Amino acid sequence: MRILGRRIVFYLITALAAITVDFFIPRMMPGNPVEAILAHLQGQISASTVKSLAVQFGVQTKEGLLGQYLNYLNNILHGNFGISTSYYPSSVSSVIKGALPWTLGLVGVATIISFVLGTVVGVLVAWRRGSWLDNLLPAMTFFQAAPYFFIAFLALELFAARLGWFPTGRAYNQLDFPALTFPFAGDVLSHAALPALTIVVCSAAGWIVGMRNVMVTTMDEDYVLVAQAKGLGKRRVVWYAARNAVLPSVAGFSLAIGFIVSGALLTEIVFSYPGVGWILLQAVNNRDYPLLQGIFLIITFAVLAANLAADFVYVMLDPRTRQEA
Amino acid sequence: MSAITDFGAASADGAPAAAGPPPTAARTRRGRGRRVRLPKSPKIIFGLVTLGVFLVVAVIGPWIAPYSPGASVSTTNGVPQPPSAAHWLGTTQLQQDVFSQLLVGGRSMLVVAFLSGAIATVLSVVVGVTAGYLTGLADDLLSMLANFFLVLPALPLLIVIFGFLPASGGSNDLLIGVIIAITGWAFGARVLRAQTLSLRSRDYVDSARLVGEPTWRIIGFEILPNLMPIVASSFLFTVLYAVGTYTAMAFLGLINPEHWSWGTMLFWAQSANAEISGWWWWYLPPGLAVAFLGTSLALLNFGIDEFINPRLRAGGLTRKRVKRYAAGPVPRRFQLGMTPVVRLRDGGQP
Repeated sequence: MRILGRRIVFYLITALAAITVDFFIPRMMPGNPVEAILAHLQGQISASTVKSLAVQFGVQTKEGLLGQYLNYLNNILHGNFGISTSYYPSSVSSVIKGALPWTLGLVGVATIISFVLGTVVGVLVAWRRGSWLDNLLPAMTFFQAAPYFFIAFLALELFAARLGWFPTGRAYNQLDFPALTFPFAGDVLSHAALPALTIVVCSAAGWIVGMRNVMVTTMDEDYVLVAQAKGLGKRRVVWYAARNAVLPSVAGFSLAIGFIVSGALLTEIVFSYPGVGWILLQAVNNRDYPLLQGIFLIITFAVLAANLAADFVYVMLDPRTRQEA
Repeated sequence: MSAITDFGAASADGAPAAAGPPPTAARTRRGRGRRVRLPKSPKIIFGLVTLGVFLVVAVIGPWIAPYSPGASVSTTNGVPQPPSAAHWLGTTQLQQDVFSQLLVGGRSMLVVAFLSGAIATVLSVVVGVTAGYLTGLADDLLSMLANFFLVLPALPLLIVIFGFLPASGGSNDLLIGVIIAITGWAFGARVLRAQTLSLRSRDYVDSARLVGEPTWRIIGFEILPNLMPIVASSFLFTVLYAVGTYTAMAFLGLINPEHWSWGTMLFWAQSANAEISGWWWWYLPPGLAVAFLGTSLALLNFGIDEFINPRLRAGGLTRKRVKRYAAGPVPRRFQLGMTPVVRLRDGGQP
C-alpha cells in the first residue's frame, strides 16, 4: 500500500504544479493580453467583475506575487475559478459543471470500450501471429497516426451527411427537452454513437498494438511452454499469458489517457457535442481566459484521477506490488 | 534476425571502445553495414519513401504551387468548386486553390515537426541520461519533472499557452516548435533513463570508470552510442506527436489562420462546415497528408522497435512455413527458443 500512498502524494504535487503553471502562464506572456481583453470588456460586464478578473490575472493590482498566488490557490481549493466572460454572468465552475457530464459520459464509455476491445483484439492478433490478422497492423498504424478530428470528418461525411444513419452533431435534438424518458435517452444515444465510434476506432489502435507487442513477448515465457506441455487447452494457455501481458497496458494507461482526452476534446468540437471540448473552443474563440484556465485545471484533475484509478487497478492485479510494501 | 545479432555485437563493441579510441569503434560499427541492413523491412522502406516525398514537397512546394494559397482564383460564387483540370483539388469557399494550399502548407508543418522533435530529443537525452546515470536525488528530481510532464494533459496546456500568446506568436514556426517540444520531451526522457540505468552497471562502463575516464566522457562515448536506437525512436515519436499537436492547434484556430499549414486548411474547412456539405476535396487532402506523414513516421518507428526487439516482427510462423515444418518438432504457434536474442554479457563475439 505504500506504493499507492506515494502515487497519491505524487498526484497531489502534480495537481499543485499544474495550478502553479496555470497561475504563471498569463503573467509570463509578453504584451499583457489580459489587460487588452479587460479593456475590451469594459462596459459589457459589470465594473466589479472586471476588477475581480484583474485581481485574478494580476493586472492593475498592487498585491505582491506571493499574495496573489496564495489568493489564487485559496480560490481554486474552494472551487472558485472566476467569472466566465463569454457566458457572462455565469461562473466558470457552473459552465464547466454543465458540460462535464456530457464529456464524462462520452469519453468515459468510449475509453472503456476501446480499452477492452483493443486488449482482446491485441491478444487475438498476437495469438494468431502469421495469419491474416497481421494485416490489421498497418491499418492500425494509420488510425493511430491520423488526427482524431480528421477521422471524425470522414465519419460525419460518410455516415451522417451521405448515408444519414446518424445525426450530424449536438448531443440531442434541439426540439427535444431534456427529460428522463426513453425517447430522450434514445435520442441521446443516437447522437453519442458516432463520436463514440470515432474515439473508439482511433484509440483502440494504440491498445491493440501495445497489447500485441507485450503478448508476443509473453508467449515466449517458460511458464507458457509449461502450460502448453501440461496439455492445457489453448484458450487456457492464452488466458494465462494474456493475464500477465495486460499489466503493461494498465501501467501505460497514464501515458495514453492524456492523448485520448485530447483527441476526444477535438472530436467533440467536430460533432458540436456540448461537452468540455466544445466550451473549450468557445473559450478560445472568445478569448475567455478564466474559462480557458478553469477547463485546463478540470481536465488535469480528471486525468490525474483516472491515473490514480489505473494505479489502484494495477495494485489489485499485480500481487508483486503489494508484497513490496 | 541477423540485424539483432549485429545490434548486440555493436553494443558489445562498447567494451573495446573503453580502451581504444571510440571514433574507430563507431566507424567499424557503421562499416559492418547496419545502415545497409535496416531498409530490408518493408515498413521501413515505405516509411522512408513516404517521408522523403513529404520532405521534397516541403522544400519545393511553395515554389511549384500554381497559385498563391490565399488568393481568390475566380469570383464566380461562394460555393467551393470540385476538382477540375484547372484546379486539381478544387477550390475553397473563398475560391482559393486547394492544391496550392496543400503544397505551401507542407513546409510549415515539417519545419515545426522536425524542429520540435530535435529540441525535445535534446531535452530528453539531457534529462533522461543524466537522471539514469547520476541516480540518487538528482534522479528523483529529474524523474519527477518528467513524470509531471507525462501525466499533464498536453493539449489543454498548449491551448492555454497559445491562447495567451499574442497574435504574432501564432505565425512563428520557431516559437510554435519550441512550445510543442516543451510538452513532448518527457516520454523519451523516461525511456532513456530506464535504458541508461541498465547500461551504467555493465562491465564496460565499470571498466571505463576504473580507468578514470571523466563522467562526461563515459556518458558521451560509452553510454550514448548504445542509446542511439532509442534516441532515434524517441525522436520519431516526438516528431509524430508534433505533427498531431500542430495540426490540432491550427485546427482550433490558435495558430494565425493566414499562416498556411495543413492544420489551418482543416480549420477553414471546419468553419465552413465542409464535412457536412459534401465538399470532401477541401478537407480530405490535408487530412490525408497529415495521416500519411504520421503513418510514415510511425512505420519507421516500428521498424526501429523491431530492430531492437525482433520478437515484435509480424509474420512469425506463417501458414506456409507451418506446413513445411509440420512433420518436425517445431511448435506450431509458440515459437519457443526460436529467437536469437544476443545478450550483451555473453554475446561478446564480434
